[in-house]
Amino acid sequence: MPGAIHAEGLVKTFGDVRALDGVDLDVPEGTVLGLLGPNGAGKTTAVRVLTTLLRPDSGTAVVAGIDVLKKPNEVRRSIGLSGQFAAVDEYLTGRENLQMVGQLYQLSARDAKARAAVLLDRFNLGDAADRPAKTYSGGMRRRLDLAAALVVSPPVMFMDEPTTGLDPRNRQQLWDVIEDLVAGGTTLLLTTQYLEEADHLANDICVIDHGRVIARGTSDELKARTGGERVEVVVHSPEEIERARSVLAALGKGEVTVVQLTRKLTVPVSGGAKLLAEIIRDLDARGVEIDDIALRRPTLDDVFLSLTGHAAEGGRDGDEESGGRAETERSQGPRGARAKEENR
Amino acid sequence: MSAIAKDSPTLAPRPSGGLTQSVKDSLVVAKRNLIRMTRIPEMILFGVIQPVMFVVLFTYVFGGSISIGGSTDPQRYKEFLMAGIFAQTVTFATAGAGAGIADDMHKGLIDRFRSLPMARGAVLTGRTLADLVQTTLTLVVLAGVALLVGWRTHENIGKVLCGFLLLLFLGYAFSWIGALIGLSVRTPEAATSGGLIWLFPLTFISNAFVPVNGMPTFLQHVAEWNPFSATVAGARELFGNTMPGVPKTVTGAWPMEHPIIASLLWSALIIVVFRTLAVRKYRSATA
Repeated sequence: MPGAIHAEGLVKTFGDVRALDGVDLDVPEGTVLGLLGPNGAGKTTAVRVLTTLLRPDSGTAVVAGIDVLKKPNEVRRSIGLSGQFAAVDEYLTGRENLQMVGQLYQLSARDAKARAAVLLDRFNLGDAADRPAKTYSGGMRRRLDLAAALVVSPPVMFMDEPTTGLDPRNRQQLWDVIEDLVAGGTTLLLTTQYLEEADHLANDICVIDHGRVIARGTSDELKARTGGERVEVVVHSPEEIERARSVLAALGKGEVTVVQLTRKLTVPVSGGAKLLAEIIRDLDARGVEIDDIALRRPTLDDVFLSLTGHAAEGGRDGDEESGGRAETERSQGPRGARAKEENR
Repeated sequence: MSAIAKDSPTLAPRPSGGLTQSVKDSLVVAKRNLIRMTRIPEMILFGVIQPVMFVVLFTYVFGGSISIGGSTDPQRYKEFLMAGIFAQTVTFATAGAGAGIADDMHKGLIDRFRSLPMARGAVLTGRTLADLVQTTLTLVVLAGVALLVGWRTHENIGKVLCGFLLLLFLGYAFSWIGALIGLSVRTPEAATSGGLIWLFPLTFISNAFVPVNGMPTFLQHVAEWNPFSATVAGARELFGNTMPGVPKTVTGAWPMEHPIIASLLWSALIIVVFRTLAVRKYRSATA
C-alpha cells in the first residue's frame, strides 16, 4: 500500500521521559491524519521517528510501503517534511533554496531549476523569488518551506504544526494549499495544537498526550463522545419563555434548561440544521420573537478537555514561551520546541 | 493549484549512491555555504581583519624584543613569525565551521537535510569545503599584508606554494574538529567560543610565535609534538624562513626532524578521526 503510513508500538525515551509510550498510527493512502495534542505530548517526536530523523527505542514503522528503520534512505525519497523544525536557509533566495533541495532530492540541476520556477509561481512567491528568504514575511516563509517539501511531489507528506504562529489570513491560505495537495492524492500526517485545524483538514484525528494516543476517530466521532448537539435560544422578552419551552420540549430530546436572567433556553437535539429550521418555524408560528438562536456542536476543545482533564490551552501557553510567533520562531523555534518535548 | 502533485514525478530519483553522489551532494552544499558567505560579507571581513591585526601587532610590538637565534633583529622575527600567524589563521576556521553547523542545527536546516535522500557526509563535507575556500581567500590577503610589512621568502615559487598547501591542509583538517563541535553544542555562540578557547593554548604552546627553547622542558615536549608546530615548521622550511641559530628540535621529537611529512600525517589523522566522529554524530543528530 504505497502512500500509507503505518506504525506500531513506537517507544522513544529521553532520559526518564517517555516521549512516545507505545504509539500506533495508521494513515490509509490518500487520507489526512491530524495528530492533535499540546506541546510536549509527543507529536514532534512521532514525526521525527516517521521521517527517519530519530530512531525509536522499539516499535515498527512503514512509510510508503518501506520499512523506516531498515531502509531510511528509500523512505526519504518518498516523503516531504515541512513545519516547525524543517527550515529553509534565510540567506538564500527562495529560488536558490528550492533548487538546492531539488538537487539534494537527486534531480538534475536543470530539472531542479525548472521545478523551482513552477513551485515559486504556484505558491505566489514569484515576485520574491530572487530575494533572500530572510526578507520574507512569516506566511511567505511557511509557503516556501512547504514548497521545499513538495519539490518531488512525494506521495507522503509530514507537516509539523504548519500554521503555528500565522495570522488567520495566512493560515487560511496555507489551508487552501494543503487541501489542494490532498485533493491530488497525497497522504498527509499533520500535527497541530489547533483543534480547529484538525477539524478542518483531517479525515481522522489522533489525540495524543504524554506520549500515548488517548483517543482516535473522525472529528464527528470524537465530538459525539462528549455529548451531542444542542440548540440555544435567546427570546426577546421574559413572557415568551414558556411558549418557547414547549416548542423546544416537543422537538428536542431531553430536558430544557432555562436561564431566566438572560432569557436563554437550551435543549439537547439530534437532527442538525434541519431540526434547527423546524424549531425556528415553530417558534415563529407561536409568535415567539427570537434575539438569538444557534445550533451548538461540541468543539474539539470540549473533546480535549473531557479526554485529558486539562484544556488544550495549556499547550498554547507553552508555545508563547518558545516564541512561537512567525518572526521569532525561526531563530529559537526548533530547539526550543524540541527541548520542551524532551524535558516535559 | 491542484496540479502541484501532478506535474512532476512523485518520487525522487533513486540516489546513485557511492562516491559520485557524495561528491555531487557535497558540492551542492558547498555552493549553498559560499552563497551564504557572499550574503554576509562582514563575516569574511572580520575573518581577514583579525589575522591582519595579529601580523601588525606581533611585527611591531614584539618584533624588536624577541630573540631569534640570538638576534633581536626585527626582520628575523618577521620571517620567523609569518608561518606561525598563517597557521593560526587557518586553524581559526574551526570556529567558523562550528558556528555555521551549530546555526544550521539550531534553525532546523540539519533536519531538512537529514530528511532528504542525500549522501550522509555531504552536509559536513560541503561546509568544510566552503570554509576551505574562505580560508584560502583570507590567506591570500594575509600573505599580501605580510609582504607589505617586510616578510620575504627564500625558496622558489613552487616550494612557497607547497608551504601554503600544507597550511590549507591543516586548516581543512581543523574544520572537521569544528564540525564535530558544531554538532555537539546547543547554540552557535557556544560553538564560536568552544571552537576558539582550546585554540589559544594549542597555538601558543608551539613554535609559532617564539622558539621553544625558552619554554620549561615539559612544555618543550608538548610544543614539539603539537600537530600545529609540525605545520609551522614545515611551512617555514618551504618558505625558506628557517633561522640560523634556531635548532630544528630541542627535545629530539620526530615531527620536528621531519616537519613536512609530520604535518601531512597529523592533518590526515585529524581528518580521519574527526570526520568519522562528526559523520556519526550527524547521523544521530537530534540537538
